[in-house]
Amino acid sequence: MARGRVSLGVDLNGVRLPSPVLGASGTFGSGRELSELVDLTKVGGVITKSVTRAPVKGMPTPRMVETPSGMLNAIGLQNPGIEQFIRKEGPFIARAGIPVIVSIAGKSVEEFIQVAAGVHQLPGVVAIEANISCPNVERRNLVFACYPDMAAEVVGAVSRLSRLPVFAKLTPDVTNIVEVAEACIRAGAHGLSLINTMLGMAIDTRTFRPRLGAVMGGLSGPAIRPVAIRAVYEVARALPAVPIIGMGGIRRSQDAVEFLLAGAWAVAVGTANFWNPHAMIDVGRGIGEFLVERGLSSPADLRGRVAVAEEVGEAAHRGG
Amino acid sequence: MIRQKCEVLSSRSSGIYHTVTLVAPEIAERARPGQFVEIAVPEGRDFLLRRPFSIHEASRRGGWAGTLEIAFYAAGPGTSWLTEVQPHDFLDIIGPLGKPFPYPRNLTNCLLVGGGYGAAPLYFLAKELNARRKRVDMVVGARTQDRVFKPVEAKRLSVSIAITTEDGSLGDRGRVTDVLPGMVSRTNAEVVYACGPNPMLRAVAEYCRDHGVPCQVAVEELMGCGLGVCWTCVVPVVRRDGSGWDNMRTCVDGPVLNGARIWWEKWFRGPTVPTQTPPHGFTLEGVGGETWHEGG
Repeated sequence: MARGRVSLGVDLNGVRLPSPVLGASGTFGSGRELSELVDLTKVGGVITKSVTRAPVKGMPTPRMVETPSGMLNAIGLQNPGIEQFIRKEGPFIARAGIPVIVSIAGKSVEEFIQVAAGVHQLPGVVAIEANISCPNVERRNLVFACYPDMAAEVVGAVSRLSRLPVFAKLTPDVTNIVEVAEACIRAGAHGLSLINTMLGMAIDTRTFRPRLGAVMGGLSGPAIRPVAIRAVYEVARALPAVPIIGMGGIRRSQDAVEFLLAGAWAVAVGTANFWNPHAMIDVGRGIGEFLVERGLSSPADLRGRVAVAEEVGEAAHRGG
Repeated sequence: MIRQKCEVLSSRSSGIYHTVTLVAPEIAERARPGQFVEIAVPEGRDFLLRRPFSIHEASRRGGWAGTLEIAFYAAGPGTSWLTEVQPHDFLDIIGPLGKPFPYPRNLTNCLLVGGGYGAAPLYFLAKELNARRKRVDMVVGARTQDRVFKPVEAKRLSVSIAITTEDGSLGDRGRVTDVLPGMVSRTNAEVVYACGPNPMLRAVAEYCRDHGVPCQVAVEELMGCGLGVCWTCVVPVVRRDGSGWDNMRTCVDGPVLNGARIWWEKWFRGPTVPTQTPPHGFTLEGVGGETWHEGG
């Protein structure tokens, strides 16, 4: 088989990344924190830890518990607020020379708009990720991504005011994620980040107390990968022209390939960064080797290539 | 911050504790007392996170140059695998991490207080303080005799030493805090360093705060990454200017913190004291015109 040149670059309808492997929000800071250890020029980009309008102190400790093949966390969006973020991270983002997607969060449409306005002042930012699905908020019944109309309201407002493309980050903790995804896209979102952590809980059987200070928290790691693959598959089928950044439990390159086959345009590595801060580079290299082996030239060649027999796919879609 | 595949030089048990010596020249070169390393649990053991270990010893000179020693108590499956490593095995290590114990610029009399295996970094600190011609005295305590960490070495490194056990099986019966006031006055302690269980650190820090003695403690809070990105390991710390408090990361802002600035009550009681205002006005930086400088 003739092997052409392999290029790892991907184009998310205008958002160009040198590699399809990003750092997921909340697991790689803004990139600055680990720049001493990791050669950032070899990663696809970094999605920053979510920033809000005002400083947030976050949840009480313990904030994390390891669970089988996963980890529960309840940080509670601790961050210095957009003003401090611009002062502290702005200069790094401007000269980092890598695509930076700033994740923004808030309790109201107004807060999202104000944070997005702040992000616009930063050179070097290629997109905004609207984190409308963090489970670690004071009022868990107010996770915007659980309601299509609320999700659309927030994402629509940010998209209308933003010259930057907006990716809506969604939760799989809903009955029908496609419905939420469609609402966000109709409202003006450029793309989607799938998935956020799933709400979970663990109890210490010795003390009878919850193992997290905040009682419940977000589950991440390989434990949630099949859920993430399913979410990407469902949404990609319904919205094939919409860029999807797939994430949830990616540790190795074959995990990332799985996401691409399900329909992701790019992927993000999260929890695995804690064990292996070079995971993004390793996964990117592995995708390249996979493409060479298969005689393919771009990660886009794998996108949505999962082979599902038509009638099975249809039945699954109808819930049959 | 360096990531290295480090060869195991030796792995041995001493009493109930275990010590692993690693060949880690670049990390050892930079390591300072109070800092820690993150060790990756080998794949296949189903742990997604690294494990933090404080540095017990880092040799920059002599026959052991370039080695790093960690000492620990195998409390659970996350650490017990490390007692099984063999010489010539390789471990994936990131370090040195965190803020080290600062050395006093002018004051000379240092009292080091350690509890259980938490005392491990104090031996490294004692050596560095001795090299800077500081006077070192030590208090080492534990529940029982077999849990007292290296009392002979503590004796060798210090002018005087007090040992406490809760059952009286070695030294004085009681806790380190029972002998602390006597040791502070007898040794004319001007600076206290403490490392051990958090309740012990709180008791030591509060005693020092009430008696105007600068106190540096190395705290422990559950860590996710150890690298400053996950925000798991936070401790409530009162701002220097008394204007409020912040959740600070043990891994990059600590683990060594000024004991007088930790808001112990909030940290230990978690979410149940949300309305209380943070204490202020008792920060001890600059007590007696003292300034600290980082290890180096």
